[in-house]
Amino acid sequence: MEKTTVDLSLLSDVLNEYAAVKGSLITILQHTQEIYGYLPKEAIELISDQTGIAASEIIGVATFYTQFRFEPVGKYLIMLCQGTACHVNSSELILETIKDELHIEDGETTEDGLFSLKCVACLGCCSLSPVMMINENTYGSLTPEKTKKILKELREAAV
Amino acid sequence: MRIVIGQGSCGIAAGAEKVRKALLNTDINAESISITGCIGMCYLEPIVDIYDDDNKLTRLVKVSEADAPAVAAYIKTGDKTMIEKLIVTDEDSEFLSKQTRIALRNCGIINPENIEAYIEKDGYTALKKCLCDMTPEEVIEVIKTSGLAGRGGAGFPTWFKWNAARQSQGEEKYLICNADEGDPGAFMDRAVIESDPHNLIEGMLIGAYAIGASHAVVYVRAEYPLAIKRLTNAIAQAQEKGIIGENIFGTDFSCDFMIKAGAGAFVCGEETALIESLEGHRGMPRLKPPFPAQSGFWRKPSNINNVETFANVAWIINNGGEAFAAMGTEGSKGTKVFAVTGKVKRSGLVEIPMGKTLRDVIFDIGGGMKTDKEFKAVQMGGPSGGCIPASLIDTVIDYKALGATGAIMGSGGMVVMDESTCMVGMAKFFLDFTAKESCGKCIHCRIGTKRMLEMLERITKGKGKEGDIELLEELCYSIKDGALCGLGQTAPNPVLTTIKYFRDEYEAHIRDKKCPAGECSDLIEYSIEADKCRGCTLCAKNCPVGAISGTVRNPHIIDTDKCIKCGKCFTVCKFGAVKKA
Repeated sequence: MEKTTVDLSLLSDVLNEYAAVKGSLITILQHTQEIYGYLPKEAIELISDQTGIAASEIIGVATFYTQFRFEPVGKYLIMLCQGTACHVNSSELILETIKDELHIEDGETTEDGLFSLKCVACLGCCSLSPVMMINENTYGSLTPEKTKKILKELREAAV
Repeated sequence: MRIVIGQGSCGIAAGAEKVRKALLNTDINAESISITGCIGMCYLEPIVDIYDDDNKLTRLVKVSEADAPAVAAYIKTGDKTMIEKLIVTDEDSEFLSKQTRIALRNCGIINPENIEAYIEKDGYTALKKCLCDMTPEEVIEVIKTSGLAGRGGAGFPTWFKWNAARQSQGEEKYLICNADEGDPGAFMDRAVIESDPHNLIEGMLIGAYAIGASHAVVYVRAEYPLAIKRLTNAIAQAQEKGIIGENIFGTDFSCDFMIKAGAGAFVCGEETALIESLEGHRGMPRLKPPFPAQSGFWRKPSNINNVETFANVAWIINNGGEAFAAMGTEGSKGTKVFAVTGKVKRSGLVEIPMGKTLRDVIFDIGGGMKTDKEFKAVQMGGPSGGCIPASLIDTVIDYKALGATGAIMGSGGMVVMDESTCMVGMAKFFLDFTAKESCGKCIHCRIGTKRMLEMLERITKGKGKEGDIELLEELCYSIKDGALCGLGQTAPNPVLTTIKYFRDEYEAHIRDKKCPAGECSDLIEYSIEADKCRGCTLCAKNCPVGAISGTVRNPHIIDTDKCIKCGKCFTVCKFGAVKKA
């Protein structure tokens, strides 16, 4: 996937609001990721300039938390729950299905830039396990067949 | 006539929003359709509650969009035959009627997006009572009488923490709510915030008044977007009514309110790590003492409780500490919410008085196993807890009694397992989790969990050797001794309890190279039973390595040398002809 130039002006509102408020680094990073889909290097440098926090420290914080990523993600971000209830109800099969269908591993993005796969901690929908979240939507009681169908529908919807 | 649709995260995932839209498309008066939060019967979602003019409830379960016209017809004509199959059974109704709900008292009943709905249920009367008629010391005394203990896991007496923060000198204090519900398998805190956010706000404001805090902060998981949305909305409504802000209820008590979203780190459930994270740092625990009550958020006196703890507070103030203490056992008072999931028939949220047994929750309320296999164990307390075997099913729910099994009450996750779950695999699952989530500060935790995980991986691959169990135990105790915070100190519990109760399973893996539960793929072999095989060729078509041969309508055979044990044939076979052993 080709990276486009990062439009840093999109960050000005966030920095105006939070740069001077102590303890806001995580909040700033969350907003940054909301804007760009990931944390671009240029944005981290700008945040460092405006907050006075060293870029190395920002990277230290960002790498500590699973929410943050440093590469763009696909149009659909699949977050597959790895909680206990999902484990007991065979989430492993769903993981295998997604890997087979999309030919990607955990943390990777498909070549067409459509899907990214990320295994995540418990999503808290344990009664519907196994569960995955794709962007804002939660899909529960998954079976390999149902998973294939969902991926197919999303792929078709994207065309 | 009111039509109420359960819209917690689970309900929405099951299709509740689609059902709501479908109902809005019928001729039902749109104004009579509203939403509520999580009803707690997650296994029956989407749920539609119909209240008639006398407030009598007809509950419809597993409703789909396609049912909307039938529901509309019933509402118009009152003819129940059209919706008969959707009406909840008496048996399923018992799931709720056998519970005692205090923390969840409004969940699934009121509209979580409307402050008036909470006020109608005596909302904010407890806060008013505290601010207008009670001193902070009196509030703490009532909480002491109630025996309320921290519902996040440790079970520390709430009054003691409040008192310590109250006694602490300082102009500026913080009251913090830990809503970083990280235990896999627990979701009661999410349900409370999504379904009854004002109850949390009220409990927190009472806590803030008791300790003398003027700032309240909720640290909530970023994975809970709906909870954040509803809480943000609730805070705005409370501010508008003057319930949050300056001079609340005309008294000289003022308190502001803030939400901080976590960014995904299990260790941030530990209170000092949570504070580090609130300050914008890596969430690594601090050395205690000083305790947060003396030096917490921005080094100011701070008190941290979890969501469920706060959810009990308003009820206790209104009903008296004695009423709460009347429920439970000698050492554990009141009720506790459990998230019952896994292989259980009725999964969802169960709130019961302490002193009930695990059997009451799993069999009486939960309905037993959903599979035809035997109940094997229940995992309690997530990665900090342990597996309690079937032989201890009559253990009483009490901090001490559960602790004696080697598990913990924890935050209330109860994952039910049947004979198909491998207990060594379960231990590996949790160690994989803690090894990833260890913050890295303490060597014992950082490296010890990794070494244990490697050993467990070896064992489940059939490469275990004599002495592994003893070595695992030794590592467990040194990690417990050498870790600074709760994460490391409790990380060995899943291993210790599975060794304690299922040692034979470890031995089968190590000595016989067998997985009795048939879950560890390296230790099982797939074969096809000739008399059950119809020769449909589905398995052969799905085999990624071409290990299955056979012709149409004739039994197929698996070449075990070629087989990579992926289990695809087992999953796709419609006749149960593929066996694993």
